[in-house]
Amino acid sequence: MAGEISYPVPAPSPPGLNGQWYGWLGKGELRFQRCVACSVWRHPPRLLCAECGSDEWDWTRSGGHGRLFSWTVSHRAPDPSFAAVVPYAVVVVEMDEGPRLVCSVRDISNEELRLDLAVEIGIAPGRKGGALPYARPLG
Amino acid sequence: MTGNRAQAAIVGVAETDFYKGSELGPFGLMIEAARGALDDAGLEAGDIDGLLPPPWYTSAEELAATLGIEDLSYSVTTSMGGASPTASLQTAAMAVSSGAASTVLIVIGWNGYSFLRPREGIEAPRHSIIVTSALDSAADFLIPHGAIVPAQFYALIAMRHKQLYGIEDTDTGHVALAMRRHAQLHDKAMMKGRELTMEEYLDSPYISEPFRRLDCCQESDSAAAVIVTSMERARDLKQRPAAIIGAAQGRPYPADDIANRRDPFHIGLSDAAPRALAEAGLRVTDIDVFGIYDCFTYVVLLQLEALGLCGRGESGAFVRDGRLELGGQCPTNTHGGLLSQGHTWGLNHTVEAVRQLRHERGKAQVTGAELALVTGWGEFGDGSLAVLAGM
Repeated sequence: MAGEISYPVPAPSPPGLNGQWYGWLGKGELRFQRCVACSVWRHPPRLLCAECGSDEWDWTRSGGHGRLFSWTVSHRAPDPSFAAVVPYAVVVVEMDEGPRLVCSVRDISNEELRLDLAVEIGIAPGRKGGALPYARPLG
Repeated sequence: MTGNRAQAAIVGVAETDFYKGSELGPFGLMIEAARGALDDAGLEAGDIDGLLPPPWYTSAEELAATLGIEDLSYSVTTSMGGASPTASLQTAAMAVSSGAASTVLIVIGWNGYSFLRPREGIEAPRHSIIVTSALDSAADFLIPHGAIVPAQFYALIAMRHKQLYGIEDTDTGHVALAMRRHAQLHDKAMMKGRELTMEEYLDSPYISEPFRRLDCCQESDSAAAVIVTSMERARDLKQRPAAIIGAAQGRPYPADDIANRRDPFHIGLSDAAPRALAEAGLRVTDIDVFGIYDCFTYVVLLQLEALGLCGRGESGAFVRDGRLELGGQCPTNTHGGLLSQGHTWGLNHTVEAVRQLRHERGKAQVTGAELALVTGWGEFGDGSLAVLAGM
């Protein structure tokens, strides 16, 4: 395994609901939208609940636990920012609450990656402020 | 729309050469392809009254003014990435059957090689790509973690599929080898003269697991064009018409986010295929020759399952024993595909399908080909397909 991703790129600060999601992350909190009407969690953020159509939601704190749903290990860095960390993993984590989150990993070697591996989400500072999520072994 | 589509047919096709560093920009290549398709059909620019430009690098206005299309009655652009050109076959058939236009030009082109390697003296296109919210989703949730290019996006679908269903490395290898063999039979194919063995395939370095370099398509500067008109008019033109007898588009849900799909293998084609086949009144096993969008080998496997040629997780076994090769049960991409001919957003697949239905392909001809099926794949798994019949 090469060096860990210490977030060589700035954390995004997009407009709208995606920006609100990153706003919570920047405060060290992993939250997802949860429909007030039908209680279904969702990600990425949307204006309406696709299950029931409600436009009311809470930003609800996640327990931070999930399992690996998929991944890729990139051996080429499409952007020079990632050249120092090849081969690096990008994973999809299915949170216990339902939403799936794309992130990097720490303390998990590329050889250890497997479906349903139990992980928890940590939060790391971006290069120029903000924060990004990563997965680490549960425990 | 059943019945209407059979009123439309492809009457002209053309493609440029596949360049690694073209002197022409995307627009110049598109004009070359458009003129070629007009010539192939025996039509003049003034006969065109419908234009379906790609979602990038040009506009209907620019194309019409340059070609000399004075009376442009209908134009629309579909933004489905690589699924756009095949989706445009459906739009063209609808435009012709509704009377919105009588003769429609579909054209697409780009500098897929040169835009990554700009050279002095070659003009960059003034118009950029029309993007959808898929790009926002990528920018906000994928790119920050280093998942930046399509190989990485689609690998997230492919890896789970590979793990769940035990797809073997050699299975994607069979897809790559079939396309490479077919490229040996097309004079313009970028990989003509460069045969490929399974050993070379397996030695190919990983780009983003499970994709090796040889799972990824060519990067080419190229363009293609297709002309669609009414069946009635087609019968009076010089080429054997290829009727559009079924066509559809579909999108995974949600289309703009790759990670949060209830079923990650339910792609756009999963919905589009039954719609188009029902319209054509055919089963997929009736098809004689296939053009399957092959930006990556694994994307072919996912589409074989979505088409219903095999069950979920069975595509690896399906492609063994030369099933995709000429002489096999489902001869696929007999021009070499995006993997070994070149990348013209799959409109080169339609060009090839039409030539197969005209029985023009010599050593690459599927004997007695009467029915062809062409697919498109774009963005995060949008799908399109068209069923064509020689008339």
